[in-house]
Amino acid sequence: MADLPPYPPIDPTTFDLIIVGTGLSQSILGAAAASAGKSVLHLDPNPFYGSHSSSIPPTGFSSFLCPPELSTGDRLLTHRSVYSDVDIVPEACPEDSRKFILDVSGPRVLFCADKAIEIILRSGVNQYLEFKAIDELLIWDEGKLESVPDTRSKIFKDKKMRLQEKNLLMTFFKLVQQHAQEEKKISNDDLQRPFVDFLTESRLPERIKKIILYAIAMVDYDQDEKKFCKHILSTKDGIERLVLYNSSVSRFSNAPGAMIYPIYGQGELPQAFCRRAAVKGCIHVLRMPIIDLHVDESGQYRGVKLASDQDIYSDRLVLDPSYKIPSDMKKSNPRDSLSDHPENPNLTDSYTKVARAVCITGTSLRPDVSNVLVIFPPQSLFPQQATAVRALQIGGNMAICPPGMFVLYLSALCSEAVQGKESLQEAINALVNLGSDNTETSGSISDSTSDAKNAGARPVIWKAFYVQELVEGHYDAICSAPTPDGRLDYDNVILATIQLFENLYPEEKFFPETPAEDSDEDADANVNLEPES
Amino acid sequence: MHGRPRKPSKPENAAASAAKAEKLCLLQSQFLSNHHNRIYTKEALEANAKLLEINPEYYTAWNFRKLAVQHYVSEAGSDPQAIKSVYDEELRVVEAALRQNFKSYGAWHHRKWVLSKGHSSLDQELRLLDKLQQLDSRNFLTWNYRRFLTELLNRSVEDELMHTEDMIGTNFSNYSAWHNRSMLLCKQLKAKDTGLKSKDILSKEYELVQNAIFTDPDDQSGWFYHLWLIDQTIKAKPPILTASWPSNGSELIISRKQCPGEHPLYEYQGLNIDLKEFPVILYFNQAVSGVSSSTVNVESFNIMWKPLSPCNSLGSEIWMAYLNLAGEDCHFEGPVSVELCIGQSQGILSSSGSPYSKPMHIAFTVTTEAIRLQDSGGHNPDMMSWEDPNFCADEVDPRVLNSDVPFIEEIKENKESTISEWQKDTICREIAGFRDLLSIKDYKIGKLTLARLLMADDALSYPYGNVSVHSCEVLELLKDLTKSDPTHSRYYEDHISLVLLQQLTSSEEMLRRHLFCFKGANSLSVHKPLCLRLNNLSLTCLGSFNKLLGVQMLDLSNNELQSIEGLEAMQLLSCLNLSKNKLGSFTALEPLRHLSSLKALNVSDNEIGSHSIDTRRYLFSSPLSHNESVKWDPNLVPSDAANPTNYWEAIMLFKALKLTQLDIIGNEVVDDRFSSFLVKIMPSLVFLDGQKLV
Repeated sequence: MADLPPYPPIDPTTFDLIIVGTGLSQSILGAAAASAGKSVLHLDPNPFYGSHSSSIPPTGFSSFLCPPELSTGDRLLTHRSVYSDVDIVPEACPEDSRKFILDVSGPRVLFCADKAIEIILRSGVNQYLEFKAIDELLIWDEGKLESVPDTRSKIFKDKKMRLQEKNLLMTFFKLVQQHAQEEKKISNDDLQRPFVDFLTESRLPERIKKIILYAIAMVDYDQDEKKFCKHILSTKDGIERLVLYNSSVSRFSNAPGAMIYPIYGQGELPQAFCRRAAVKGCIHVLRMPIIDLHVDESGQYRGVKLASDQDIYSDRLVLDPSYKIPSDMKKSNPRDSLSDHPENPNLTDSYTKVARAVCITGTSLRPDVSNVLVIFPPQSLFPQQATAVRALQIGGNMAICPPGMFVLYLSALCSEAVQGKESLQEAINALVNLGSDNTETSGSISDSTSDAKNAGARPVIWKAFYVQELVEGHYDAICSAPTPDGRLDYDNVILATIQLFENLYPEEKFFPETPAEDSDEDADANVNLEPES
Repeated sequence: MHGRPRKPSKPENAAASAAKAEKLCLLQSQFLSNHHNRIYTKEALEANAKLLEINPEYYTAWNFRKLAVQHYVSEAGSDPQAIKSVYDEELRVVEAALRQNFKSYGAWHHRKWVLSKGHSSLDQELRLLDKLQQLDSRNFLTWNYRRFLTELLNRSVEDELMHTEDMIGTNFSNYSAWHNRSMLLCKQLKAKDTGLKSKDILSKEYELVQNAIFTDPDDQSGWFYHLWLIDQTIKAKPPILTASWPSNGSELIISRKQCPGEHPLYEYQGLNIDLKEFPVILYFNQAVSGVSSSTVNVESFNIMWKPLSPCNSLGSEIWMAYLNLAGEDCHFEGPVSVELCIGQSQGILSSSGSPYSKPMHIAFTVTTEAIRLQDSGGHNPDMMSWEDPNFCADEVDPRVLNSDVPFIEEIKENKESTISEWQKDTICREIAGFRDLLSIKDYKIGKLTLARLLMADDALSYPYGNVSVHSCEVLELLKDLTKSDPTHSRYYEDHISLVLLQQLTSSEEMLRRHLFCFKGANSLSVHKPLCLRLNNLSLTCLGSFNKLLGVQMLDLSNNELQSIEGLEAMQLLSCLNLSKNKLGSFTALEPLRHLSSLKALNVSDNEIGSHSIDTRRYLFSSPLSHNESVKWDPNLVPSDAANPTNYWEAIMLFKALKLTQLDIIGNEVVDDRFSSFLVKIMPSLVFLDGQKLV
């Protein structure tokens, strides 16, 4: 970064807020602060928007995941390596690699009724974004991909369920819907209990329970393993997730399923929020790392020193999670982290990492559709598989890769890199060998390292493995944004961002509801959805 | 579309709608003057198109266009291009109108009219339909149009079945789609009219509809379709003859009473019988058509078969003919043997088109025994009384009724041929399926379907009704439903009545409990009349007539009858007690009009005249219909009668009968004036409300 072109100095030199890093959380925060009338300087050391939420070509993967060590000397600011165990095969990128735009924090989707969509609509960011539906949701069940009976018509069409099971599942869905429509169909006692127990009492068979827990409620941890009660989903939360799922289905006419994905990749989201912020007067400067903090005699934060040697001053600072907050700046504050947040149990136990993989393949998992989400419940791949693995295949019609090619994103929470990598490798093997079962299905499981050479039914052209640390948000004189988490949606990221905003500006509204511009009731549902071609 | 509440119009829109109305009025008057003067200029058509775009429901405007099209087409002569462009313009106007309101009958009809002329390309039509079906997948106008179009396009039934399957797959709460499926399958079933094929077709449908029913038992469309499927399964059987009167092999003995110097009187089982119109009744297990002197042949008798159901367009279960046993001089000596040959030649068809395939003979003999009477008391009938002491249960042989199953031997022999295995299997599988569903939760319609299936199982296994294995369970289910679903309790009660009657008539043993000897009248007769007493059973409707064809005396008092539909089957009925029921009008007594031998009728203590709304009118012959033979003098009805309909209904009913005794007291309609009116219209009446008329 030494040979940066000389930047013109930033003017003015004093801001209300300086944000470092253009990850989704920071971008939303920047847009919210700018919308609230704050003067905001938004910096990013990278030459692109998005930081840990960006979408970049495969050529940039290696340098992004393993940035060169910066010697910070005895400065206040130190770095934290967010990514470890990076393993990219082959090192040479595929042909046309510029035509690929890969999500760094995949697999991710948006549920049509989730918090992210709500914020996107409320902030007006929807005008910069276009979405397409995820065509199919599948679950890995005894060596096969089965369609997830997540709606009434899917239950009707399901070939695997017995008639009585269909009845029980639909009855359960109806109960959830009725409960949601404030008919309080489920007692408070039940709501406090583990969701898995509630499902058992609803007489749902094991297979259906798995589907509800892991493929609809999208739970990560094995719900039959009750050692860590933080891992156990309560009935209340479980019902909430089902209600969210249900209200997502067919919310938008072009998206028959519950989930959508932004065309050009998830990196579009932070960019869209940055555009929004810019419209509201936020100044963005890319390729601009900060190298030091200014602190007054009392230890109070005053400003930052940029790599361009300019000093900029602000009241508040929000750092990227790849910076460590200097220890002597931390002031004990009882509500200084997300760890007490009941919605965010992921970050407090030993599962502090998320293993991710990105694969490029030339064949779709399903012959007729290209955008598919696959769920591998705990223990479905091998007995020691402790957390669910999710795999999202995105095809050329999302404009993230050439037509006829497919990108497969996988992730699993893990406590150790080895464990996470093993889960992902097994999942990749399972998917790669799908349909070639007449060769040797058992061999592919045991020989987990051979897949690079071995040509299964779906050869993997390019693959990147990496393990990402889960860093929580931090609120104090200096704040820090959270890293992307292990979830499929952005709900926790958005909750953390709102909390961050409320800590910074307790008197301001987070994207205040703009007075309705037109009285049309459906105006709020204007998410751009490309029709299926 | 569906489930969307209509928003009340806002007051600020009032001005806009007034302006719209003004514009519409202008267009309308302009159009009417064009129409009147037969002006078919381009401008006139454009104005008309504008009008239709605003109000596609305006039939006259569409008709104007049709006339204009005819005008232009005749002008275009033989130029196919010009003709095509005239019709294409019409399609465009219709499309614009449909965009405004795709439920407009006029617009759809116009489109059909245009297409049926055959000058337009059909390529766009399916695409237009798909678009409209996406907007509202259940709209029946679109579905109707689809059927019209597939006929025109000659699309295969298979393709269309695929389409409905897709539509059902997207949302199975779409009865229009299920209905279209049933229409398509009817075609398929007719095309491949063999048991095996219909088995394949139907079992696939059962699987489909079961998935819908189990997934969401609260949705009605699946249940309706399932009902249709059961019906198809049972109906796939060819019709059979389940009963006749007289039954095969019976030897009827007619008593001839003759006082010296007078005409003889004929009695059967102690009650008068008219030998000039000696009834023969055939009872089939389903409605059939084509019963005639060529398909049912009676040797040496010239006869006319007539159906005995009120609306006989689809055929009838019951057919009857009169034999004239007495000669011109009303004298019958006997014995005579009668032989009916049924189904010797083809022609008897069920409503689904299955032919009657079991040729059969019914032979019976009629002999006389003479009874010499000392005095001529037989000519003046005694008043008959329905009081309990007049009935005794001793020594009654139910077989005398000739109500036993006529062909028991044949049932045993031909068991395999009468029950087809897949039908039985299907019904059994469905029964098991719904027991499973009900074990999860009590679904009302599930219980009803189970009850129907159980009844269907009995009907399939024992078409002659001589055994009813499931009747206790069915009664249990129906009684539950009456309690849990009081809104439809009437419907369930009707079914309870039918099952109860089937149970009562299923064996001689059961029937005997309800048979009594009547000792009240004609004490001089050798034969005591037999009376079937079905009183105090809470019956709401009647059934199982095939077992009761020979009944001459019937006591139905103290029930809950609102209707006596089907009673016309009991052609020998001479004395009938309907007192203390819930009959609400004379129209409810319509079946009696066909009972020519009825002499004594008791309808006292009913509700005739109490109901301002008559729900049975549609079943009743109207004096305004042309086919009525009953004529009367309008002066019979008092000009100041409070409710003249009661009078003319009474005329329609009683003029057709030759009653000698009527009890009608205890009905709202009866007052002194009405009584004297009744006496006037029934010259044959001897006793009215227990009083001998002078």
